[in-house]
Amino acid sequence: MAYDIQTWVSVAAFTGGGMAMGFGAIGAAIGEGYTAASANEAIGRNPGQSGDIFKSMLVGQAIAESASIFALVIALMLLFTKFPSHILSVPVLLGAGLCMGLGAIGSGVGSGFPAGAACTGMSRQPAMSGRLTTNMLIGSAVCQTPAIFSLVVSFILLFTDFSANPVSPTWAAILGAGISSGFGAIGSGLGGGLVAQASCEGISRQPLTVTPVTNVMLLGQAVTQTTAIYALLVSFILMFKSFPATDALAPPMALLAAGICMGIGAIGPAVGEGFAGQGAVAWIARNQEHIADLTRSMLVGQAVAESTGIYSLVIALVLIFVV
Amino acid sequence: MIEGADIVKAAAFLGAGISMGIGAIGPGVGEGMAAAKACEAIGKNPKEAGLLTRTMLVGQAVSESTGIYSLVIALLLLFVV
Repeated sequence: MAYDIQTWVSVAAFTGGGMAMGFGAIGAAIGEGYTAASANEAIGRNPGQSGDIFKSMLVGQAIAESASIFALVIALMLLFTKFPSHILSVPVLLGAGLCMGLGAIGSGVGSGFPAGAACTGMSRQPAMSGRLTTNMLIGSAVCQTPAIFSLVVSFILLFTDFSANPVSPTWAAILGAGISSGFGAIGSGLGGGLVAQASCEGISRQPLTVTPVTNVMLLGQAVTQTTAIYALLVSFILMFKSFPATDALAPPMALLAAGICMGIGAIGPAVGEGFAGQGAVAWIARNQEHIADLTRSMLVGQAVAESTGIYSLVIALVLIFVV
Repeated sequence: MIEGADIVKAAAFLGAGISMGIGAIGPGVGEGMAAAKACEAIGKNPKEAGLLTRTMLVGQAVSESTGIYSLVIALLLLFVV
């Protein structure tokens, strides 16, 4: 039985579409479930606030859902667009699907945390519901950025014409770019969510600490996003650098390994930085006068956690540029 | 034509990427937990901030070691083996 290139392109499009929506459904569903669980708990504790809590549950869930909607958009595009019959369309479609599917996991789960904490906070401190909604929105919006990075990389992959590039090693660079941004988004989405959760919990406990808590939340979240940015950087290098044609196996494997290294290596540091930020923000709300000590130890702790992400970046860059 | 030496080199590159990538997960999460608990403890007992920061850093340094092992293995795979 003979297979022409168009057959393989269709196979890749359908496989990629399946992976995009399959992986992409994990995160948002968990995050929204967490929000709903917290909302139920909150309404049980304070039924008089059920209107506000219900509203904020739905708003929070809508934000968490957006990561999944990005995945749905990419999946539908892969299913219904006619892609050029070029052999490089195969890695493009697989890479774009993997990138968006994996990239939606962290943001979906992460956005659920601040939304849940906002619901709990409203039952505890109904007067703060306006401010809790604001913090929830800011916090969840930051959690969505890694999913947006993945969306951008998927779109660039789908709409760039790679047909002039040599098939090997470009296929590996394309797959590596998708894997890097996809895995790299998981940790930052989750970590950012942990920090935002602590801020919503903190201001409902101590309404007077709104300003310092929000500031340190943003600082902590910014640090958790760094590893997703490293992953995005590696993706861009892999997509836009031109690599000489080769018949050997080693050069494409080096590019694929660079993507895997940076993508998976970005998960742990970002989650860890999220834990550190969560601890610091929660205790700044309880003990505002020691904000300087707490911020310093958060940043020192995050810097140490970042180190393994930087090792991954170094190894990825060595794989791309040196070997 | 793909030769044996080429396959070995390709596997070494792939191995280096997987080693550093997966090896970075654990230390990152663990060091973050240490920092979170240090912040909690400083919040509860700010007078001991110096002692707590030192303990946090020592604990993180120990937890970093496996990340450094991954880095060493990745570099060995890239440049030595």
